[in-house]
Amino acid sequence: MEPAAPPATRWHDLANPHRFQRFSGQLWPWLVAAALGFLAVGLGMGLFVAPPDYLQGDSVRIMYVHVPSAWLALGGYLGMAIAALAARIWRHPLADLSVRALAPVGAAFAAVCLVTGSIWGRPTWGTWWVWDGRLTSMLVLFLLYLGVIALIHAFDDRMRGARAAGILAILGVINLPVIKFSVEWWNTLHQPASIRLSGATIHPDMLQPLLLSATGFALLFAAIVLMRMRALIAEQKRAMRNLRRAALAG
Amino acid sequence: MARAPASPAPRRQRLVLAGLALVAVIGAGLIAIPALEKEATFFYAPSDLARNPPAPGARIRLGGLVKEGSVTREDDGLTLAFTVTDGARETPVRYTGIVPDLFREGQGVVATGRLGPGGFAAEQLLAKHDENYMPPEVAKGLARAGTTGAAGPLHETRTLAE
Repeated sequence: MEPAAPPATRWHDLANPHRFQRFSGQLWPWLVAAALGFLAVGLGMGLFVAPPDYLQGDSVRIMYVHVPSAWLALGGYLGMAIAALAARIWRHPLADLSVRALAPVGAAFAAVCLVTGSIWGRPTWGTWWVWDGRLTSMLVLFLLYLGVIALIHAFDDRMRGARAAGILAILGVINLPVIKFSVEWWNTLHQPASIRLSGATIHPDMLQPLLLSATGFALLFAAIVLMRMRALIAEQKRAMRNLRRAALAG
Repeated sequence: MARAPASPAPRRQRLVLAGLALVAVIGAGLIAIPALEKEATFFYAPSDLARNPPAPGARIRLGGLVKEGSVTREDDGLTLAFTVTDGARETPVRYTGIVPDLFREGQGVVATGRLGPGGFAAEQLLAKHDENYMPPEVAKGLARAGTTGAAGPLHETRTLAE
């Protein structure tokens, strides 16, 4: 990595793993602090201040965890797929790394979404689980994440693993619109979206804590991914150094 | 990490290939999703049943809104009779058993059971709520103002009528 870079944009500066390490090292404590702040306010308001729902009562409060985790599971998958595409096209040094950093975090948020949804479904719908379009496609998203993680580790040659995982990540994008529109295309037990371009059908007193906690979860998601990227870069550096040492010794 | 390619040509080639692959996947999805319509539906609305009557004795799910004022409890205290409507057509339903908390007149319901000559005999009831969330006072205010407590049924019926 020679610093003889031509006049590059800031974005390209970050592509350099050294600069990325320095920049992300400064950024992540702020991200964590902001995440915890938003989560404390958003979840605090959601659990203690926001009104109960006229129909569901207090069980509606699961929404403040369920909905942000669903958004981030979807958004994280889109980010992972874009990183995988960038890795295939531009061979960007940080792109494959981003896929590896994102996959388990997205899987965790998808799992939280499925579990909280199940806990919410029992008192409201009267069932833990049904195979309707929304629930099934969300489960498929979780399985796609697991598939990407499995493929990353399925090959001795790391490059082959990254390529296979990247292709699955890209193909799986087709599931995202299916999740989004499942409640409009098909009859489902899950209700349609409450937040649309035309406005929200959630009362402002409930919408506000939801958006605050979603911001907190998004910052937390970003902080975890950033820390994972830093750990992966450090790990790679160590592996390279060991290889170099072995080569010199041999 | 891979070495950066020497010339831009293979990069452009990869970009084009990736674009083509993406178009192919999206195209496949657009073809497959309407074909899934019948398989992916979780329940049938009364109009669907009228249009395509199910095989006699087949176990199906019926969904729609519980018609306002239609719920009656029979003398055994456990059996409910009510009407499911999608705005266009109605199906009478009988059910014996535990009712989910959110089962209300004017709200959504999905019943699993069999369609017989006397109506739909349900074995299981699930409540389907709509996308409206509001505090109880607001709902009461809406009810007083003449709009039903659930402003959602309009959307429900539109979904069902499709």
